[in-house]
Amino acid sequence: MQVNEYKPKIVAFCCNWCSYAGADGAGSARLAYPAEVKIIRVPCSCRVNPMFILRAFQRGADGVIIAGCHPGDCHYTSGNYFTRRRMALLFSMLDYLGIERERTRVEWISAAEGAKFSKTMSEFAATVASLGENKRLEDLRCKQ
Amino acid sequence: MQRIGVFVCHCGTNIAGTVDVVAVAKALGQEPGVVFSTEYQYMCSESGQQLMRAAIREHKLTGVVVCSCSPRMHEATFRKAAALEGVNPYMVEIANIREHVSWIHKDMAEATEKAVILGRAAIAKVHLNAPLQAGESPVTKRALVIGGGIAGIQTALDIAEAGFEVDIVEKSPTIGGKMAQLDKTFPTLDCAACILTPKMVDAAQNEKINIFAYSELESVKGYIGNFKAQIRRKARFVDETKCTGCGICTEKCPQKKVPNEFNMGLDNRRAIYIPFAQAVPKVATIDANYCTMMKTGKCGICSKVCGTGAIDYTQKDTVIEREYGAIVVATGFNPIDAKVYNEYGYMDSPDVVTSLELERLMNAAGPTNGTLLRPSDKTHPHTIVFVQCVGSRCDETDERGKPYCSKICCMYTAKHAMLIREKYPDTDVYVFYIDVRTPGKNFDEFYRRAVEQYGVHYIKGQVGKVVEQNGKLHVQASDLLANEQLHIDADLVVLATAIEPDKTARSLGTMLTASMDTNDFFTEAHPKLRPVESPTAGIFLSGVCQGPKDIPETVSQASACAAKVIGVLAKDKLTCNPCVAHSDELLCNGCSSCEKVCPYGAISYSDKEFRGPNRTTLIRRVASVNPAVCQGCGACTVACPSGAMDLKGFSNKQIMAEVDAICK
Repeated sequence: MQVNEYKPKIVAFCCNWCSYAGADGAGSARLAYPAEVKIIRVPCSCRVNPMFILRAFQRGADGVIIAGCHPGDCHYTSGNYFTRRRMALLFSMLDYLGIERERTRVEWISAAEGAKFSKTMSEFAATVASLGENKRLEDLRCKQ
Repeated sequence: MQRIGVFVCHCGTNIAGTVDVVAVAKALGQEPGVVFSTEYQYMCSESGQQLMRAAIREHKLTGVVVCSCSPRMHEATFRKAAALEGVNPYMVEIANIREHVSWIHKDMAEATEKAVILGRAAIAKVHLNAPLQAGESPVTKRALVIGGGIAGIQTALDIAEAGFEVDIVEKSPTIGGKMAQLDKTFPTLDCAACILTPKMVDAAQNEKINIFAYSELESVKGYIGNFKAQIRRKARFVDETKCTGCGICTEKCPQKKVPNEFNMGLDNRRAIYIPFAQAVPKVATIDANYCTMMKTGKCGICSKVCGTGAIDYTQKDTVIEREYGAIVVATGFNPIDAKVYNEYGYMDSPDVVTSLELERLMNAAGPTNGTLLRPSDKTHPHTIVFVQCVGSRCDETDERGKPYCSKICCMYTAKHAMLIREKYPDTDVYVFYIDVRTPGKNFDEFYRRAVEQYGVHYIKGQVGKVVEQNGKLHVQASDLLANEQLHIDADLVVLATAIEPDKTARSLGTMLTASMDTNDFFTEAHPKLRPVESPTAGIFLSGVCQGPKDIPETVSQASACAAKVIGVLAKDKLTCNPCVAHSDELLCNGCSSCEKVCPYGAISYSDKEFRGPNRTTLIRRVASVNPAVCQGCGACTVACPSGAMDLKGFSNKQIMAEVDAICK
């Protein structure tokens, strides 16, 4: 009997053009990754507001990953460069606040890289699971 | 409060096999705002859509959540169905429970739980959806075709046939591409030039087609229906309007030692040249790297012999700007450089040639006028060894080669072997292969003819080494079926080198923001259902730039591509994506952060009057977005410090509601 097996909550923001399609590719090729990873579709990785990530941690997420097109391949020309800079700053701030670096990640996954998608998500989920539950920013008032 | 309907699709057993769809429909039916929840075998089918439409009517739904396959697949289908019942299409959200759930998870309880969570997130989003109206943008009724090979020519001809203007931009001095270099074509053995050159002439004579040969694409801006392209017309140093293509200059030019790229460097051409006899446009070009006049200022013979005064040593590159409604990529391929495979002795012996070089050696218009002679001593080769899969089908550890099958090599090698045996029956021909792959109409029959009728020795095995010894090429190979080592003294070794996308493809992909795979082939919008469209709207794919293909496949893809382009150009107006950024002027503080990050220049600032306290009027500088130019990336929404900028369809509140639902 399984009792309270710890399952992390992971939010994955995927850009519509590359990584979401990559996730679809992983699905079509039946390349499994843990069910803890839940995908939110955004038009571009640069649509991901730092607020969303803070919100996720506040609501009890254990890890947040942002996936976008490879640098230079952004559907909107330069969006992923903004992501790269913004997230570098945000992640170092989160680190300062006590949210381990390993809980946050930016990855470049193209529409053709279903295998990379599945591998990245599996690795990330395993890393987050090994860190255990995240309680740093969690707002208990949000808990039901 | 929205009245939301939830529709869970079984997708046959694709979803229902691993997700308890009944439980999902039941659980989602409990969510606030959901007034109707059901599941059905195939939601996308006619009857599924009817079911959805009936539910919208009956329950007066204002929002719809479909738990089904990827929105990239059927979002448009369900939006259309909703619109038919008067529900704004942007009030429909898809929870992807096939690609992201049922296909990747095996455990039913786990998959069902995830499906419910994704459904909840979609419901939370729909609660905050607002009806959106798509705007319209005009269409420039002209297409741009990048690359003038058989793919580009066929696409251009078909588009012109439908009555639209087409520009072909070709980087070399003539159109024709790789097919112009081929000798015969499989499996019918008709001569490549005989079937290609009439098409080249058709393209040149068609008044709807403009050929910009010796030109390169500098930049592309805009979006579907409204592209602006800058094309650099490289200086030929010959006036195209005056040159008659008589070729006297190419005979008189004293600079005779220029490697002839059309003949794969197997012979030389002059510094002023016409690539081949049937070139289109048939205009001479001066190669500035070799021209004595350009280098030293002393010569000018071509100018003296030219009867029409077409030579102009002072010509400069010109950049022209043209507008297009659609862009076709037809950049084709190149064989990989055989230098990296030096175990086959390509760099050590001139008698080790690539297949494209052999093509020129056998071509009547080639350096040997069609007689097969060894490049080293111009004698007839009596033993010829073909090495297959040079750089194709390599595993990940081999950095020199490609992981994919180049698809055409098995067939052209069978063609070469057959032609050689036909012309020179005293020649022994050996083909070393990993597998012989001949799917295609009349292909396997063709290959079997090479083996059975022409007696070509096919040996399953790999060549390990080719060493030059006493004027012979000593080939060391293994025969895998007989399990023995073979030693063959060959006169000629032919390498079937892998094909790779043209070197310009990567930078072009970046310029067009069209996605590419890891091998630099352009990615299609859907591998099966949208094979000639790029995911980027208005960009279409023709020929080998999308993946290895033979000529019949290239031509059919080129025509398919033209049909898609005509579909765009035939419209007077295109509907724009309504999911664009929008600035709340009351919150905007005029800081310009959004303007700086916008890749399209869609944001502008203006002074506007606002009502201040005590009946005063305030003038504030605020941002506004041009919805026709905005592509909806959302970079500005994150840059905005005051939260004034938001993206319709992916608003801050919507995404946060999804985050909340997922983390619950």
